[in-house]
Amino acid sequence: MTNRQAKLMQGNEACLEGAIAAGMRFFAGYPITPSTEIAEGASERLPLVGGKFIQMEDEIGSMAAVIGASLAGLKAMTATSGPGMSLKLENLGYASLTEIPCVIVNVQRGGPSTGLPTSPAQADIMQARWGAHGDHPAIALYPNSVSEAYSVTVTAFNLAEKYRMPVILLMDEVIGHMRERVVLPDENELQIIDRTKASVPPEEYLPYKADPDGGVPEMPAFGEGYRYHVTGLIHSENGFPTTDAEKTAILLNRLMKKIDNNLDDIIKYQEDSLDDAEIVLIAYGSTARSAKSAMDMAREQGIAVGLFRPITIWPFAEDKVKEIAGKAKKIIVPEMNLGQYRYEIERAAAGKCEVIGINRADGEIITPEDIFEKIKGVL
Amino acid sequence: MTSNLVKSYFRMDKLPHIWCPGCGHGIVTRAVIKAIDELELDKDKVCIVSGIGCSSRAPGYLDFNTLHTTHGRALAFATGIKHANPDLEVIVITGDGDCSAIGGNHLIHAARRNIGITAVAFNNNIYGMTGGQYSPTTPTGDKGTTAPYGNIDKGFDICKLAQAAGASYTARGTVYHAQLLTRLIKNGILNKGFSIIDAVSVCPTYYGRKNKKGDAVKMMEWLKDHAVNVAAAAKLPEEKLAGKFLIGELYHNPQPEYTEEYKKITESLRRG
Repeated sequence: MTNRQAKLMQGNEACLEGAIAAGMRFFAGYPITPSTEIAEGASERLPLVGGKFIQMEDEIGSMAAVIGASLAGLKAMTATSGPGMSLKLENLGYASLTEIPCVIVNVQRGGPSTGLPTSPAQADIMQARWGAHGDHPAIALYPNSVSEAYSVTVTAFNLAEKYRMPVILLMDEVIGHMRERVVLPDENELQIIDRTKASVPPEEYLPYKADPDGGVPEMPAFGEGYRYHVTGLIHSENGFPTTDAEKTAILLNRLMKKIDNNLDDIIKYQEDSLDDAEIVLIAYGSTARSAKSAMDMAREQGIAVGLFRPITIWPFAEDKVKEIAGKAKKIIVPEMNLGQYRYEIERAAAGKCEVIGINRADGEIITPEDIFEKIKGVL
Repeated sequence: MTSNLVKSYFRMDKLPHIWCPGCGHGIVTRAVIKAIDELELDKDKVCIVSGIGCSSRAPGYLDFNTLHTTHGRALAFATGIKHANPDLEVIVITGDGDCSAIGGNHLIHAARRNIGITAVAFNNNIYGMTGGQYSPTTPTGDKGTTAPYGNIDKGFDICKLAQAAGASYTARGTVYHAQLLTRLIKNGILNKGFSIIDAVSVCPTYYGRKNKKGDAVKMMEWLKDHAVNVAAAAKLPEEKLAGKFLIGELYHNPQPEYTEEYKKITESLRRG
């Protein structure tokens, strides 16, 4: 297996390589710490594989260019961090409503505003779900290692193409800048999903015709002879604007059902030592690494601690968290924010067990010792 | 009687359009399709991209690949399309507010890149869709619903702005000079790089009424009386040009086009 050499890679580099392996051939971006290495890498790598890179005039424009390129038939991605993510939201909402597949990477840094540009944070969790205005579906994934930065980026593209929607790949400054030994999979072993092109001739094609119960419409590219209309206004299945209440409800319902009907396909997580766990740590991204170490420290002392690590942040693994809350005595949620995901976990736990946060939003990571101390404190 | 031109290029089932009686936007839209028709462009390869506003509803009526985007962002979406597939003929329909206020950054950078997009600015000096607020092209002193005592802002000259930013073709037409407008759009499409055509339109409903400009016919007459062709203007003394504005091809200076330059990089890498 000569092509499975071990490499020393940075999280941002692995994300880019995963994207290219998934078929990404268009990247539009704008410089921002700590995601810039993804744009730099894309500018170098894409022309080598027949792809296109462009540095746009701003974050809004780069999100717009990504959507345009996707409509023109290329798998497309952009990468940013907090201040840029806030600007992407306008066209992220557009991509949700118009069902244009694309991937948006947010390497999180301290906020709000310009915040702490070179420090890690996990404070854009709720933004990833609710940032764009209006009711809309959301998928957000979060790797916890360099290796996963590669594989989860591939998954992000697959979900974007399969469900025709923007997918947010959350990372944090630690995952983005960390270097680790990785063994990348052989590209031939990867499962790659491409959007479904039109199965009917142009005269029969309706761009938003799909099963109202969460169906995904077919998507030919601009230039392939289908001459359809795309608008950010509420539209009927023919793609043209409507203000009809029933048609509006059908569209929004279908968009939400794309997620709700496919939770098992979309939700990925890792369980570690949950069977006998009295205390369950729920952690994601780089904080899950500290949680894993804290769990090992606790287990060494005979404390029954388990770890639940969501890889899919949105949609939320509600059933799984309910199950955990029904069995565990306590749930501890360490996160580099002031308790964003904890709100969601408390909602699912619904009082069945105590949910305790460990929170930092000061640019410092949560260490294994911080978590271990909390475990001992709640015993 | 609907003309064959309209039948050939409009989505007839999407008519009637939403524009007010007397609005000039239908004339500009016709000039766009007339230019496309005369150039015999392949409908399947034409993408019409718009932002938000009265102008930006035009693509919905037209039988091409059409994209109605977010406010001000049409040129950025169009840049993605053109860069992804340079074989597509990308035409942007925008308004004065859409392209020179909220979308001003995208305008100057599309011009700077000289990317092969033709933008037609339906310029009616007002935000019509929202009911008549002053825009970056509302003349100083004129009124809007947000300038009840007269606008103290100075207006943009969209062509000068685009030229300064690097556009390789700029032109101005009006809805009175419809044939000229068609020619200018045609030449804009033929120019390989970034082209912008400032299409001076009329909004009798909001701008006209608020500023006592009379009905649509009066406003068209005003365009006729105040527009001076750039060739004629060159021979006129300055005092004769006071209060007038220039129409015609204002600037044409072919420059390397963005996607062709990118292709050169890709090909040089392939040759190793």
